[in-house]
Amino acid sequence: MDAVLRGMAERVRLAAERAQPLRLRGGGTKDFYGNEVAGEPLDTRAFTGIVSYEPSELVVTARAGTPLVELEAALAANNQMLPFEPPHFGPGATLGGCVAAGLSGPRRASAGAVRDFVLGARLLDGRGRVLAFGGQVMKNVAGYDVSRLLAGSLGTLGVILEVSLKVLPRPAQEASLRLEAPEDKAIEWMNQWGGKPLPISATCYVNGELSVRLSGAPAAVRAAREKLGGEELPQPESFWLNLREQAHDAFTAGEPLWRLSLPCTTPPLRLPGAQVMEWGGALRWLATGAEPRAIRDAAQRAGGHATLFRARNKAAGAFTPLSPVAARLHRDLKAAFDPAGIFNRGRLYPGL
Amino acid sequence: MGEALPVERIDAVRQRAVAAALREFLPARSVLFEDEDTRPYECDGLTAYRRVPMVVALPENDEQVQRVLRTCSSMNVPVVPRGAGTGLSGGALPLADGVLLSMAKFMRVLRVDPKARIAIVQPGVRNAAISDLVSPFGLYYAPDPSSQIACSIGGNVAENSGGVHCLKYGLTVHNVMRVRGYTVAGEAVEFGSEALDAPGYDLLALAVGSEGMLVVITEVTVKLLPKPPLARVVMASFDDVEKASDAVAAVIAEGIVPAGLEMMDKQATGAVEQFVRAGYDLDAAAILLCEADGTTEEVEEEVARVKQVLSRAGATRMVVSRDEDERLKLWSGRKAAFPAVGRISPDYYCMDGTIPRHRLGEVLRFIGEMEKKYGLRCPNVFHAGDGNLHPLILFDANDPDELHRTEQFAAEVLEKCIEVGGTITGEHGVGVEKIDQMCVQFQPAELELFHAVKRAFDSRGLLNPGKAVPTLVRCAEFGRMRVHGGRLPFAELPRF
Repeated sequence: MDAVLRGMAERVRLAAERAQPLRLRGGGTKDFYGNEVAGEPLDTRAFTGIVSYEPSELVVTARAGTPLVELEAALAANNQMLPFEPPHFGPGATLGGCVAAGLSGPRRASAGAVRDFVLGARLLDGRGRVLAFGGQVMKNVAGYDVSRLLAGSLGTLGVILEVSLKVLPRPAQEASLRLEAPEDKAIEWMNQWGGKPLPISATCYVNGELSVRLSGAPAAVRAAREKLGGEELPQPESFWLNLREQAHDAFTAGEPLWRLSLPCTTPPLRLPGAQVMEWGGALRWLATGAEPRAIRDAAQRAGGHATLFRARNKAAGAFTPLSPVAARLHRDLKAAFDPAGIFNRGRLYPGL
Repeated sequence: MGEALPVERIDAVRQRAVAAALREFLPARSVLFEDEDTRPYECDGLTAYRRVPMVVALPENDEQVQRVLRTCSSMNVPVVPRGAGTGLSGGALPLADGVLLSMAKFMRVLRVDPKARIAIVQPGVRNAAISDLVSPFGLYYAPDPSSQIACSIGGNVAENSGGVHCLKYGLTVHNVMRVRGYTVAGEAVEFGSEALDAPGYDLLALAVGSEGMLVVITEVTVKLLPKPPLARVVMASFDDVEKASDAVAAVIAEGIVPAGLEMMDKQATGAVEQFVRAGYDLDAAAILLCEADGTTEEVEEEVARVKQVLSRAGATRMVVSRDEDERLKLWSGRKAAFPAVGRISPDYYCMDGTIPRHRLGEVLRFIGEMEKKYGLRCPNVFHAGDGNLHPLILFDANDPDELHRTEQFAAEVLEKCIEVGGTITGEHGVGVEKIDQMCVQFQPAELELFHAVKRAFDSRGLLNPGKAVPTLVRCAEFGRMRVHGGRLPFAELPRF
């Protein structure tokens, strides 16, 4: 067995024996995400490297410590990509952190989220055992879908060791356009377009401007570009990259940043602050000093939920509280994977 | 952890008591216990396994489902949920000491929101009915298992059903946004939302494909997609199965993700052609069906590229559908493959392994050897795009030796799938059928974790017990794993 893995497994076993909490960490680029977590850091970066990549199978398997930039470069060399366009939030981002955080980028509304592309995973559980779930094939219904469950679990269920992902060819062509519109109109348009066979791969509405990215066969992109009208979006690549990485001005206003995940037809929110809308209306970022309660209530009334994404003070809790039954299921699942409760305790919910 | 063997006899006293308890809140028509009424529920689509349930409950609304579950929980009666009964792995096989919970009366469409592109339906709604219903809005529900005219969406969720368009449009798990239902204790649960994610663990991903072992679902919110304005299918003939298989890899390597990519071998096309006259090339060793969909411009472009790649890969003949009728005709054979095989043989046994595509040639050669070894024929249909293989072993169930040879044949093929890095089930589920092969695919610690996951939802093991995940004792009996004195071997990190 790999010496690095043996070391990690040994540490987990010792920590479990002593009920010593561990803080799982890759590049640390998403340290800000979730609630504050105590514990000794367990660095996953030494467990790195692409294990297998067969472009004609559309599947890549890599270890958790593999830098996202390295993985994306390997895919790009074969004209393929991670379809969910994950945010990096820093040069050190790793695959393990990407899957644990479960965050997807601008392409999410059309392509799917991280969890949609996870085919299999290996995991170090709370007893220090290496467990494998799923596999390297597209269709696999043997056993419960534990590998998808890991996406977004924020390292609370175990140390993600290795992940197999479905990948896709890069689109043959992309074009981006920009339209001016009031917010309600922009939401209406995005939803109308969503019901039409248009190759829309990303949308963003900020400061009265709606930007749209088209990706696909050249003929389809050309036809859609004419149909939607608008102006050419200047420097489209850096625009979408800045959106993914939250480098846009609206994200850096200094106020707490909220992530509101909502049904895509939700009308404009009557909440103060600077807003960036993505995912055809289904994701709204709000930089605001408004009362957490008011924000969560507004999101829940609309049928969604609000996450306190970036803030100095997370006393309100990073994530929308669960119903009592869901909370119990979470506790029991956590105990199944991590009986001593050592992994990233409290990062998702207090006590979890 | 003892293995409780399923009871094979109905206890009449218990039966009366359970039926009476259910009659407290269910009308007489919704509680069946006479043999002539319960017999139709003795099996699902896997007819080799049959057992008459003690009682059948047919609730009509959420409150009744909740009360059935509470009643069964309090009386310690196991519950087996059932959708349309088309499943192919025995996931809805009843228990002689259990209640079969049929969701057949949950037939209502609760809401269609064309603007948000979602439909909220009860689990008994048929898969194909959803697409029919939303077609006036230019929308459809993408997953299309070949049983789509009969199978229900609740069953699709339980099995994470696929279909012929998975490579591009995904499985059930990719096309369901939310489920509502109840734990076996009768607690209401909701996983997912009308937004694109929900807080906490992705319990929706866990519930989809859980084979009715974690929760009973009473409502499903599905994602609807815009209907592509045009679809055309290319049928390509190959004089060699491996060439056809390499052609599939060549299409993908070209950066094309076709809407559908299916393969049938000569035995399969021969059987189908007698039955539906789809116009297949009967001289070919294998045919590929490759579908392009999208706008007219996109489809023309993709068809041209596909033809180029297939011709380079050695296609001996190609036919492109000229209109919708021709396209549907070409697909009709593939969609009718199972019933067609049913016509040329008294019985057939359908397997469902998934393999990495590049190992296809090797696996097909292996199946050929097994045909000789067991003296049984085995046509192959293959969701080539996503590596999901459906070999169909032809046999006669009236001949006990043939049945036995079929089971051995199937077991060897499934284990070959695992050996080449695949899985024993791509879309039909484990159920009772492949439960022993789970012992080969998973290590004891992994199976133990599955049981722990189940206990989080169902601490007493009352919901569909004995399916999908074998006990370690069962595996030990199966002889594939060594468990000493009922204790787990301490897993010293066995793989890497």
